[in-house]
Amino acid sequence: MEFSELLNIGLMQGFAGLSLFAVLLLMGLGLAIIFGQMGVINMAHGEFMTIGAYTIYLGSHLSSHYAPSLVSIYFPFAIVLAFLFAFALGWLVEWGLIRHLYKRPLDTLLATWGISLAMQQSFRTFIGPKEVSPTLPDWLLGSWAPKEGLDIPINGLFVLALTAVVTCGVLLALNRSRWGLRVRATVSNRVMANAIGIDTRKTDRLTFAIGCGIAGMAGAAFTTIGSTGPTSGQLYIVDSFLVVTFGGAASLLGTVVSAFGIAQTQSITEFFLHGSMAKVLTLSLIVLILMIRPQGLFASKVRR
Amino acid sequence: MSKHNDSNKGATGAPASAVEDTVSPLRRRILQGIAALPALSVSGMAFAQAKYPTSAINTTKLAITDTEVTVGQLHSATGTMAISETGSIQAEQLAIDQINAMGGILGRKIKVIKEDGASDWPTFAEKSKKLLINDHVAAVFGCWTSASRKAVLPVFEKENGLLYYPTFYEGLEQSKNVFYTGQEATQQILYSLDWAKKEKKAGTFFLIGSDYIWPRTSMKIARKHIENFQKGKVVGEEYYPLGSTNFGSLMNKIKLAKPDCIFAAVVGGSNVAFYKALKAAGITGDKQLLVTLSVTEDEMTGVGGENFQGFYSSMKYFQSLDNDNNKKFVAAFKAKYGKDAVIGDVTQAAYLGAWLWKAAVEKAGSFDVDKVVAASASGIELKQAPEGYVKLDANHHLWSKSRIAMGMPDATFKVVSESPELIKPDPFPKGYQ
Repeated sequence: MEFSELLNIGLMQGFAGLSLFAVLLLMGLGLAIIFGQMGVINMAHGEFMTIGAYTIYLGSHLSSHYAPSLVSIYFPFAIVLAFLFAFALGWLVEWGLIRHLYKRPLDTLLATWGISLAMQQSFRTFIGPKEVSPTLPDWLLGSWAPKEGLDIPINGLFVLALTAVVTCGVLLALNRSRWGLRVRATVSNRVMANAIGIDTRKTDRLTFAIGCGIAGMAGAAFTTIGSTGPTSGQLYIVDSFLVVTFGGAASLLGTVVSAFGIAQTQSITEFFLHGSMAKVLTLSLIVLILMIRPQGLFASKVRR
Repeated sequence: MSKHNDSNKGATGAPASAVEDTVSPLRRRILQGIAALPALSVSGMAFAQAKYPTSAINTTKLAITDTEVTVGQLHSATGTMAISETGSIQAEQLAIDQINAMGGILGRKIKVIKEDGASDWPTFAEKSKKLLINDHVAAVFGCWTSASRKAVLPVFEKENGLLYYPTFYEGLEQSKNVFYTGQEATQQILYSLDWAKKEKKAGTFFLIGSDYIWPRTSMKIARKHIENFQKGKVVGEEYYPLGSTNFGSLMNKIKLAKPDCIFAAVVGGSNVAFYKALKAAGITGDKQLLVTLSVTEDEMTGVGGENFQGFYSSMKYFQSLDNDNNKKFVAAFKAKYGKDAVIGDVTQAAYLGAWLWKAAVEKAGSFDVDKVVAASASGIELKQAPEGYVKLDANHHLWSKSRIAMGMPDATFKVVSESPELIKPDPFPKGYQ
């Protein structure tokens, strides 16, 4: 084995870690907003991601049947659509269910779990139990090979870029926009925020819907790396909660750092050990750290 | 009379649903008042009853009347496994409809009680109790995962039921009460490894599986075969948790190990992620030999032809098999379930279950489980199986051919190799434990 070859593998391995970081962050982001900012345990997070994935399938299906020339460009539009669909459904769910349960956090867990099961069965009944495969545009497939023996996955690059955009967008919105101001006020003191004229109910609804919308986008992006089927969302839900809880629920920065930490630990142990063993080690490490710091890596100062 | 002919045709080609076969001719007869047809039909029925009186063919209180025999169907119509089990449900129903259209078994039409195991193993055990103890079904077609089979096995053995199990599985099991219509591990694995060595000159192998019993047992057999019999080398063996979608590091390990052949048994949601990761890492069919035990036409709908193009799958059945039995089967299946329906290996194996049972019952001249098992053990053969001729071994598994097929860009398979003879099932292989 030559040195240049080892260097290539080292580079690709570095990118593998980076790309896992992007995946974990993107899947955790929507949940970080809902669970972190609102305290709602959204067990249907994975199913909102699945809605996004099915939106891509819809886009792929429509474009390949009715407008074959659009197959190469439908993807970005479908991602925006995925956000809108999941946003709309999130809005409805908040209005119909979640808003009645803010004072009973454990009941939201059960209620959203119920929603998750109902959504899974709806996908199965109305779309079909089998997995589907959206036709991805050619520019999203394969690898980018800047030189012989070095293959950088294009889907990884895409998810990385999308994650960067979405994360920056969310951070900006939370810290610079009126909505962000209202959310932060509501999180730190709901009664006081109400008293100074912030419509906390409307803020809650918007926040929940945005969280769901981002989940939809994540699901849409993950059609490039994973499966699209009724239970695809279940593949991501545990990792999503892991990232958010480990990072410290109320802190978005914590989510970023925790996604990075988990991704690097897992990716490196996976390379030197075995796949299942890497998972065991990563989880043990997380349990250990959470025992020492139950509030997660970054605890918000405003929460008690 | 014409309607009757139509339903008979269902047996060979165009199928019709069970309800249509039994109800609508009857209704038409009543409405039109045709005298000859009911007389003919009743005399046929009476003939079967005279030859096979219910008291004689059913001495163990199974749910059998003069005109009907009740069977159970136990699969996951809901939950994670519905992805895989739907095809089996459809194929079993098709076989039963076709048998009914031919006049049923020993003059009795088959009535199906469908139960949903809901992808939950205790539910499978509970529903199998219901089918055997409350409904007294004569046979059950069902289960898919090994876990669900293991969950119902004690129930079937205690209540002396009869189960036809369709999935290819890890072997190491043989029960009086179960017939295994899929391949056991050695049939699938040894042939594909020998093919890789002989045709593709593969000497080094990288074994990859999902982390549970079937891949682990299969890879154990594969490793023994490679190291002890082929004198080859295993350069890597990796297991990933079920549902893992992160294969980035694995791709680099493969590139580091440079195996002649990747031998894979990744299942479920991971399967799709695994092939997308290979494609994204530039490991494609034109550069790398890959043989898998877990991609059928069913999985291909999720994996996508572009991601599996040029890789090989080892199964006993592919939808594209070119023989008359299969053409009829595929046409009948698509006529019933739509032109986009795909048929995977397990779907075909599930289709065989009802036919094997029919052959055994007719040979035994009885529905009694003990007699059906005895008749089966003495050798049952099926000439009309879509996969070609198969026969049942005394060990309750099927003799069948193994095949290797290459994935095509349009998500179909092209068969490139087929074992010349039927391969004997060997659920407890010596030297591989």
